[in-house]
Amino acid sequence: MSGLAAAVERVALLGPGLSDWAGASAALAGERPYTRAPTVVPAPALLPPNERRRSGLAVKIALAVGAAALDGYDAARIDTVFASSSADGDTCHAICEQLAGAERLISPTRFHNSVHNAPSGYWSIATRCMAPSTSLCGYDASFGAGLLEALAFLRAHVRPVLLVAYDAPYPEPLLAKRPVRDAFGVALLLAPRAGAGALAQLELTLTDRAPDELADAGLEALRRAVPTARSLPLLGLLARRERGIARIEYLGGPHLALEVAPCA
Amino acid sequence: MHPLQLTSFTLTTCLGRGLAPTLRALQGRASGLARRPFESADLDTCIGEVGGVDAVRLAPALAAWDCRNNRLAELGLAQDGFADAVGAAAGRLGAARIGVFLGTSTSGILQTELAYRRRDPATGALPPDFDYAHTHNTYSVTGFVRARLGLAGPAWTVSTACSSSAKVFGTAARMIEAGLIDAAVVGGVDSLCLTTLYGFNSLELLAREPCRPWDRDRSGLSIGEAAAFALVEPLPAARAPDAIVLYGVGESSDAHHMSSPHPEGLGARLAMEAALGAAGIRPADVGYVNLHGTATPSNDAAEDRAVTDLLGTGVACSSTKGATGHTLGAAGGVEAVIAALALRHGFVPAGANTTEPDPALRANYVLEGRAAPLRHVLSNSFGFGGTNCSLVLGRA
Repeated sequence: MSGLAAAVERVALLGPGLSDWAGASAALAGERPYTRAPTVVPAPALLPPNERRRSGLAVKIALAVGAAALDGYDAARIDTVFASSSADGDTCHAICEQLAGAERLISPTRFHNSVHNAPSGYWSIATRCMAPSTSLCGYDASFGAGLLEALAFLRAHVRPVLLVAYDAPYPEPLLAKRPVRDAFGVALLLAPRAGAGALAQLELTLTDRAPDELADAGLEALRRAVPTARSLPLLGLLARRERGIARIEYLGGPHLALEVAPCA
Repeated sequence: MHPLQLTSFTLTTCLGRGLAPTLRALQGRASGLARRPFESADLDTCIGEVGGVDAVRLAPALAAWDCRNNRLAELGLAQDGFADAVGAAAGRLGAARIGVFLGTSTSGILQTELAYRRRDPATGALPPDFDYAHTHNTYSVTGFVRARLGLAGPAWTVSTACSSSAKVFGTAARMIEAGLIDAAVVGGVDSLCLTTLYGFNSLELLAREPCRPWDRDRSGLSIGEAAAFALVEPLPAARAPDAIVLYGVGESSDAHHMSSPHPEGLGARLAMEAALGAAGIRPADVGYVNLHGTATPSNDAAEDRAVTDLLGTGVACSSTKGATGHTLGAAGGVEAVIAALALRHGFVPAGANTTEPDPALRANYVLEGRAAPLRHVLSNSFGFGGTNCSLVLGRA
């Protein structure tokens, strides 16, 4: 028995062929077939136009799912945990290319956009949220790391926390070394007690048992290919409104076992 | 927050390897910053380079992790019996009950910078020997340290720019309180690379001479590199009289700008207040503040406002970045260990390089080190994206 539990108030999802939670949950519940298609990332409505132009894909996808999960809540008072397998891929590539050339002129904006916590920074500016925020990386285990830290935040502060997990792929030549090909984002709004619209109660324990695989071959391929998509077994239970245990991949030992009980 | 004991701690910076040379340098107001070549950088600045990193060899089983950042981590782990202390804790508690949470900003990105110069001329491909996962990736340093120490508990990297390795102390406290682990290895490792040297240069934040925090003529920061580690676990009821304790962690966001601090230091003040609140102490209980003190004009001004608004103008303050340089993602860990040294040895470190404190700044900036029986020390770490973290350390 761990001390890590929460109500899942809201879920937001953006991935290849998964353009929102309503549509994605139908695919995850097996009510419609899953069809892979390029991830469509909307412009971040939260940001003013000049910031919108300067932000990279990591910021765009993180803000899109974060805003979707918080629709109707006062974001200014909510702790945030951002988790990603890398920082912004395009920004990193551009800087490495410039540093390898004769003229090593890095744009100042590109440099501050290169930090792993850029989405957290843009989020706090956009929402005027001065609450604690952290930004984590666990390579393929990044979603699990983010969920652990989000539940630990909630336990320590006894107030809602927003988990935003995302992947913003590298272009070539880094893509060949890190073949994460799809942008992907998941946001979970977690609260100490279930509100009126809560989806489920969640309790986390560490486990050495192997993570769940998904019945749908396309979704299972996605789960294996994209670090944030390691969340799919949990999202599947939430989509089906099913009671059960989702085992999601974390560090290869321990993994995470999530006991899910739907709210009525 | 339930207090945590720092069972073992160590740091390696340009001041030297381990606690003893660091203590000597801090008490002698020495600086490790120097104008010296690094890789192919052609910038007019001083750096805080750790000597001998390139000569470090990882164990054959860990060869995949080989890069400057993990060599620096290896060098750091070998000092002050730290790796042995973790081994003993693993024997006592079990390897799965010890977490690893480290801060870094750039991890082993130097490896990628170098690989981009060796791309296949025909295809543009990176060379076959380049291993992204074990070197460049932000998790690399944490994965390396976990493997090197044979630990099997939860682990991740915190990467919030220059507050990274202060925030890991909060992570450890939360995970221990949740009962998932009994102890944690925390700290930070960041190594010199071209991304940060040229990046800070593009922002016109690099000083030409060794950086001079709080000085009237401060002109920017000097980049350093470091590995700092602490083994933390709950403070036992029978506490050792010389125990160093983490009493509080406070975190906040500026919500102001990506690369400039809030001009009134509002976020910084929130983090300090939260740390004092978590520790259950009053502002008057703080005996020394280890400032973030990067020596950029705007950082020091904003931090001065925050510190003096909350703590007044009497408390002794200094930045040790004049000695170590700004070690970025390792700075929070470095300065937590410096706070531990100040508490254990009863002294207030003077700020190196600073000669004439800026009359526009009101904090009591210490230019001459002195003995002081400290009970509580506050350590500040702030970063890009407006991320703030303050720690309260003290004696048992």
